[in-house]
Amino acid sequence: MSSEGSTRLAAFDEMLPEVSGLRRPYEAYDRWLKEQDPARLTQKMQDAERVFRKTGITFAVYGEQEASERLIPFDIVPRILSGQEWRRLTQGIEQRVQALNAFLDDIYHRQEILRAGRVPKDLIARNEAFLPEMIGVRPPAGVYTHIIGVDTVRISENEFYVLEDNARTPSGVSYMLENRETMMQLFPELFQKIKVRPVENYPQLLRQSLAAVRPQSAIGTPTIAVLTPGSYNSAYFEHAFLADQMGVQLVEGQDLRVVEGHVAMRTTEGYKQIDVLYRRVDDAFLDPLTFRPDSALGVPGIMDVYRAGNITIANAPGTGIADDKAIYSYMPEIVEFYTGRKAILGNIPTWRCSEPDSLKYVLEHIGELVIKEVHGSGGYGMLVGPAATKKECEEFAKKLQAKPSNYIAQPTLALSTCPILTEKGLSPRHVDLRPYVLVSDRIQIVPGGLTRVAMKEGSLVVNSSQGGGTKDTWVLDD
Amino acid sequence: MLLGRTANGLYWMNRYIERAENMARLVDAGLRMALTRTQDASEEWNSVLLSAGSDVAFSQKYQEYTAANVSDFLLRDTSNPSSTMSSIETARNNARMVRTALTRETWESINEAWMSLKRMLARPIDERDLPTVLDAIKRETALIRGSFYGTMLRNEIFDFSQLGTYVERADNTARILDVKYYVLLPSLSWVGSTLDNYQWESILRSVSAHRSYRWVYEADYKPTNIADYLILNVRMPRSLTFCYRFLGEHLKFLADDYGERHACHATAEKIQALLKRGSIKDIFDHGLHEFLHEFIRDNTRLGDEIAQDYRFY
Repeated sequence: MSSEGSTRLAAFDEMLPEVSGLRRPYEAYDRWLKEQDPARLTQKMQDAERVFRKTGITFAVYGEQEASERLIPFDIVPRILSGQEWRRLTQGIEQRVQALNAFLDDIYHRQEILRAGRVPKDLIARNEAFLPEMIGVRPPAGVYTHIIGVDTVRISENEFYVLEDNARTPSGVSYMLENRETMMQLFPELFQKIKVRPVENYPQLLRQSLAAVRPQSAIGTPTIAVLTPGSYNSAYFEHAFLADQMGVQLVEGQDLRVVEGHVAMRTTEGYKQIDVLYRRVDDAFLDPLTFRPDSALGVPGIMDVYRAGNITIANAPGTGIADDKAIYSYMPEIVEFYTGRKAILGNIPTWRCSEPDSLKYVLEHIGELVIKEVHGSGGYGMLVGPAATKKECEEFAKKLQAKPSNYIAQPTLALSTCPILTEKGLSPRHVDLRPYVLVSDRIQIVPGGLTRVAMKEGSLVVNSSQGGGTKDTWVLDD
Repeated sequence: MLLGRTANGLYWMNRYIERAENMARLVDAGLRMALTRTQDASEEWNSVLLSAGSDVAFSQKYQEYTAANVSDFLLRDTSNPSSTMSSIETARNNARMVRTALTRETWESINEAWMSLKRMLARPIDERDLPTVLDAIKRETALIRGSFYGTMLRNEIFDFSQLGTYVERADNTARILDVKYYVLLPSLSWVGSTLDNYQWESILRSVSAHRSYRWVYEADYKPTNIADYLILNVRMPRSLTFCYRFLGEHLKFLADDYGERHACHATAEKIQALLKRGSIKDIFDHGLHEFLHEFIRDNTRLGDEIAQDYRFY
């Protein structure tokens, strides 16, 4: 058992594992890399930073006046998956996404899974992410979560796990697209040598996918809009980017109101009806008449329009109940309950501290585990046991005992690594992967996704708010 | 179809780009006067501040009308909402808001102008560097204009942008003239002293017209010609008539596109007719100051009407 300080975990390196040597997906890239002049690569790294800053791909960091616009570090070494690896991974994701939608439909209607006792009633009824306003509401085309970013981690050649199902408003897809764009600008010759499956058509797929779930009241080509909290939001760049790439309007709450039973936007020619709203505003702010009354980011009365079936909201209100951290631990049961098969993609073993046996285990092994708040996100409010001091562990144990139901615990996983380019050459860093899934009358997964990388040596935290970076993710056309 | 908020953003983005540049030009003219005339420099700087509409705010902060104070206030002071730095910042914020309506080239030129001016104006400007800074400001705004004209589709997005540019420009030219109208009045000016010559050149310089004036009129400065040039000349890109020719054109495009005319169309046509009908003699007979005063008022009203008619809010 580890005590204080850093623990180096033996991690699986996706390019050059210690045991077996260079892995096949990286062979062609490795050949190319060996021919490159290191000085030229360093120059390319600087070029990449300039491209990002010039185009204004920055994200706002809350509470930092000076650095109010910062770049997410970008590494020029791609993360490469073979076609076969990708197929295996996407089968698991498809199954999971099907189950998520089935679960949401059930939870807001008959609640079979609760009656069957597979998920405790309490977990739903007392959960803030559960919206009673959605009970009995069936969204257009029956889809609840349209755009999902499934965070996955890898720990060995064949083991992928789901870390989190982002079923509300997953962000980061613009980085996937811009990373590819930048790589193609920097290394056009690489893309001629190596057949990489394209991700560029994501905006078109998104648009088609949203159009396919339009409400029945939509006449002709549906009008789609992206709803953003505004230009001061940390993900504003992405909202603008997606609206632009889809060729639809980027609207704010102040542009919208309910006119004759429909949501409409104020244009230079008067109010125009909107049929599908891809919202990047949280549930609580969506409708001040139904949810938070102080919200200026939403549209008063939109929930009435929604319940009347006159607008599609993507993702549907109340989808948060499906990606809640407390629900997460039940995902294997949920997948099996709705698909009738065992989950292809595993969950990370999770101890629910609300259960006395689990709590006992967690307290005894606190130094080995990662303990998270059920409702936390972005890497805040968690304890990484192996990296924490004895004192920190003891203090956390007190919080844990005071309110066990607020926590879950997971083993500290040795996330796979992938090399980044440093001043001293290639050096492995831990990564995760967020593929993007679109659900309409079908499920589509763009071959690639966002690879997040912990830029600090040994660090397991890949969140951009905690200094994580990104990489272009290649799925080979083999 | 355009969101009202987007039209508003485009309009103000362009007003502020225009303003950022106008501030540099005003300081340039003031600097020239201060260099050529040793006495009354403070009076000249005061006129510059009046033309910029920043005289009251300035006097709350400073006692002395020096090149250093005025250029600092008009170029880099972020507490002055019309300074070049504030203007470029506001222009960029608006551009960020309407980003989906802009070409990549246009957005990047605005973003880069903001980055480079922010760097350049971070610290007080050494008087020796002032000409370089003024050039840089004009170059950055010229780059924005260049990428804008070179890449933007000529649709409603372009129209609302141009409305912002020309309303701001007309306001600026009219104010410059109004602050200095007395040096153009016949009773004083026909003497044509050296002093007057400086004043006249300063007016032309503040709208970057001191060279082109000579291509149109004879070499000597004559107050009626200067007034004619800045008010009535159809070809001079900063004259009131020129501004209204384009305001009229873009408003007409919008009316044709949308199949609807509004109050702003009537107002613009009224002002345009006035400029078309009048000769410079009529304007002087009517009273130059009164003419300019009414023009500024009507121009402001046009801006308000555009905002209302096209649902900016």
